[in-house]
Order: sequence, then structure tokens, then C-alpha cells
Amino acid sequence: MKKTPPAVLEQVAGNGLLSRRHLLGVGLAGLGTAATSAALGADAGVVFEIPGWSKQPAAGSSSYGAPSSHAGNLQRLAGAPNPLYPGGGASRSPLQHLQGTITPNSLHFERHHAGIPDIDPAQHKLIINGLVRQPLVFNYEDLLAYPMVSKIYFLECSGNSGSLFGNNAAAGSVQSLHGLVSCAEWTGIRLSTLLEEAGVQAAARWVSAVGADAASMGRSVPLTKAMDDVLLALYQNGEPIRPEQGYPMRLFVPGWEGNISVKWLTQLKLTSEPSQFRDETSKYTDTMKDRRSLQFTFPMGTKSVITSPSGQMALTRKGLYQVTGIAWSGNGSIRRVEVSADGGRSWADAEIESHQSEKALARFRIPWQWTGADAVLLSRATDSTGAVQPSRAAILEERGNLAQYHYHGIQSWGIDAAGAVSNVYV
Amino acid sequence: MYKLSVRTFFGACALLTASLLLQSATAQSVGLGIPVTEAQLQAFDLIVGPDGSGLPEGSGSPLQGKIIYEARCQACHGLNGEGTIDNTTLAGGDIHSETTPVKTVGSFWPHATTLFDFIRRAMPADAPKSLSNNEVYQVVAYVLYLNGIINQYAVLNKDTLLTIEMPNKDGFIDQSQIQ
Repeated sequence: MKKTPPAVLEQVAGNGLLSRRHLLGVGLAGLGTAATSAALGADAGVVFEIPGWSKQPAAGSSSYGAPSSHAGNLQRLAGAPNPLYPGGGASRSPLQHLQGTITPNSLHFERHHAGIPDIDPAQHKLIINGLVRQPLVFNYEDLLAYPMVSKIYFLECSGNSGSLFGNNAAAGSVQSLHGLVSCAEWTGIRLSTLLEEAGVQAAARWVSAVGADAASMGRSVPLTKAMDDVLLALYQNGEPIRPEQGYPMRLFVPGWEGNISVKWLTQLKLTSEPSQFRDETSKYTDTMKDRRSLQFTFPMGTKSVITSPSGQMALTRKGLYQVTGIAWSGNGSIRRVEVSADGGRSWADAEIESHQSEKALARFRIPWQWTGADAVLLSRATDSTGAVQPSRAAILEERGNLAQYHYHGIQSWGIDAAGAVSNVYV
Repeated sequence: MYKLSVRTFFGACALLTASLLLQSATAQSVGLGIPVTEAQLQAFDLIVGPDGSGLPEGSGSPLQGKIIYEARCQACHGLNGEGTIDNTTLAGGDIHSETTPVKTVGSFWPHATTLFDFIRRAMPADAPKSLSNNEVYQVVAYVLYLNGIINQYAVLNKDTLLTIEMPNKDGFIDQSQIQ
């Protein structure tokens, strides 16, 4: 009956004792509590014994921690290297295996345009020039003396979920389809502090940010945003920013398309107009049906996705499941997430964990009883501005299917009678 | 408040009221940025704006650029800019085509200055910043020539590059006010 799904509940002992790897591989969705309790209670003959690892001391502490060797499926998903694009490409976060809202640093998505430079912070410079009273250079060690703030923010590549513009529903997991979003606590200096030190001239309207990678990737940031909540981020979840996230320092532009949070930041130039970099003209722009293209589309839209059950998972029994996922908005916090199990005919409010904040991921959950019949699971987010996540059809109606970026439509996961979960269009 | 100087040694602080001093006290409290001059940054600052700011001295023609292109660009971008794999096509295309348009420098890019800026900072992908300013002008000229935007005898420099009108210059809608 089963379609040899990639993740089935593996019995490691008699009568329903399941491998602990399922706690990582399938998450809570695979284990309804009622069913588990029933399975345990059903066989009073099960004898519990002390496991082997409780009978001998094991290796001790380490200088830098690593995941359990049994958690081998906790991996970013990277595309194959492209010899014509050295160091370019992306890797995606394993959203289906993560809970809560914070992405571990080793699993934060990546997007590079010319690889990850190996930067000695003692030799790295941050320059502020252009329309300022006094051009300045900052050393890394000196920057550590500045007042810092810590904020939890999501980061999403504007190309995330772009395959959903396609005419056919692509096979894939929540990781392969939506894994260019992550969330971390970013600690750094308010950019306004540094810009004020250089003295912003009255004619300045934009800040051109340039990275120290081989692409010297540049993006133009409106001065109003730069003076508002933008950070020069130095720490990620408490430790120095990882090389793939811009060590020793990156721009962090909360809520906005990820590309503008320039990594390995080395220059901020105040200008009166945007610099019209390649990555804000040829790329990261959305061509509409009338063939004009939207440029400088900055805030990421109100969005949610169910991470479990999700594409390429398999439901292995009828009964209770916990539907869970993440929601976010580049314009505020998440106020509501509704879930449908019948393809959008009826909806119910999911529980949102209470600590969600502005421009950060929120986690939602809702229990669900699967009868074994076909089902289509959807989630629909509403943010604090009242913006409601649109359907895929509404996005295509508005923008056509030539756009590649800023897709934030409702995701549909189809579940067939065998329990296989797949990306579908409704 | 960001228009205020934050460097007390400029002496202007004497003119500020006590309340302004208090307001900017946080920003003024560190002040570890080291003053530099734009002249010191000339080789460091690669930004070329659409107004031509940052364009260096030097010049180049398509005929000169063909030599550089065939040595350094053709392997990825094809003999005539037709491309080899995804996203390497840099000539031809029609943004108004019936089918999905091929986006190239000629069919899509709104500013010629972007071409200079991008090639100088990021190309060739296997050796970025290895071209001289003259060579960048030459390659820019050749790519524009491949797109039929300039003729083969045109000479690009910091003045003539600014006169070039890209075919899709009016094809973009600025969304930056939506924040």
C-alpha cells in the first residue's frame, strides 16, 4: 500500500517501539501521542532494559560542539557546483527537521555570488565615504567597542520559493522549495551610530553597501531604512558571524530581501541616487506581464509554510498529527495563521507561539486527525499590518509568471491515500 | 539627528545647545572611526553611479574589446554573447517577445554604467578585478556593440559612456518608496 516513501517509521523493537531517529527525521508529525500511548499500553509484555550507553562512560567534552552522529540528516541542501560560476550558488535550510524559530548557525541558508572569502578581521576595513562630512575607516577591534543591540530577525532570499511561479508543481521538499529562509539572533551596531559619526550630508538619500567577496557585491539601501533598524551585524546566535554569513561583519536589513544584507561588508558610500548595481537591476527585479520590471522591491511579503507534514514526507498511519510550520512578514509580526486540510474550503486558526516578534519567524501548530483519505494542507498568514498571504493564483494574476523573486503565495501540500505528501497546485 | 556632526573636534559643537549635545551623546561616545580622504580611497572605491560618478580615466573601443572578450569572456558567454549555460547570455533577446523573454544587457539592463561597474568589480568570474580600466572600457564597448547599441568604431570613456541610452531604460518601476 505504501509508495516506498523516503521516511517511514522504522520499528527497532517489537510492538511499536520506534527508532529515535524519527524524532529528527519526521518530527512530531509522525508520532501522535494518543497512538503512541496506545501502542505502549497494548503490549504489557514489553520489557524495558537499561541501554548500553548507560553502562559505560563515553567521550568527554569538546572544544566546539557538533550534532549527534545520529542526526546525519540535518544538512543544508546545496546545488551542484557550477564551474562557470565559481563559489556561486545557494544552500537551503532543512526546515522540515527544525522546530522553534531559531535556525542553528550551521544550518542557516547561504547564497553566494563568488564564494566565501577567508577574511582576517585584523586586516578587514569598513569604509564610510561619499556624501559625509568626514570619510572614515573602522577597524574590527574598534567596532567591538561600540554599543550593540541583539535582535531576532528572519532572513529570506528573494528567490526563495521561486519555482512556485512554474506552470507545473515541482517535486520537492519544504527545504528544496522554501529553504532560503532562516532566522537568528543578530547582534551588532546600529548603522545609524556609524553613519552619524561620519556625518550624513543633507543631499544623501541612499547608502551603497559593498562586500569584500570576490564579486564585491553591492546593493543600494535607502537612507531612511539605513537610519531606522539596519544593523552592522557582528554576531549570529551569540557567536561571531559565520564566514558564509559574512564574517567578520555584514549589513543586516531587517525584513527586506536577503541580498540587500550585504555580507563581508567593507564599504558604505552615501549617495544621492541608487548606484544601480547589477544585483538591483539585472537581478532581483521582477518582470511583470506588461514586461516592465519592479525594481527595489524590498520588504518580503507576508508568508507561511507548513514544515510538517511537508513535501516528500509520508504519513504512516491514520490518526493524530501535529501540523506545524513557520510564518513571517517583512513588514511586522505575525498575528494569525489559518490552516486548511481540505484544499482551502474551510480553515481553522492555528496556535502561534507567543514570543514572536517583528520581522522574525513565528511557529504555528494545530492538531490534525488524518482519516486516510486524500487531503490538501494549506496555511495562510496575516501580519500586524493586516496583510494576508495571497494564493498562488492571486500572485500569478497580479504579476504573471515571468517574475522570479518575492514569491509568497500559499503553499499546498497534497496527501494521497497512501500518506505520501507532495507539492501540489490547488 | 543624523545631520549633526558627531566628531567633537570639529569645533562646531560649541554652537550646539546643551540639549542637542545630550541627544547626540550616545553617538558621540565612541568615535573610533579614523578619518580618511576620498583620494586615499580612489583604488578602493569601485562604485560607478548612473550619473557617471566613479568612472575612471581611460577608454576603449569594440575592436579592442573583441580581443579581451575572446581571451577572457567568450568561454562562458559564447563567441557573440549568445551564452553557454543559464544566465550567461549577454546579447540579443527581446523583453517584449511572445515567449519568456531572454534578458540580456541589450534587452534588459537599464544603465550602461552598471555594465562598467559590474565588469570591473566582478568579472571575469574566475579572476575578478584583473582587467585594467582601459580593458574594462574595451569590454564594455564590445558587449554594447554585440547588442547593436554602439558601432564598432565608437570609443567609450567617462564622458561618452554616459551618453549611451539603453533600450530598456524605461522598463523599470521603482518600488523603493514602499518600505
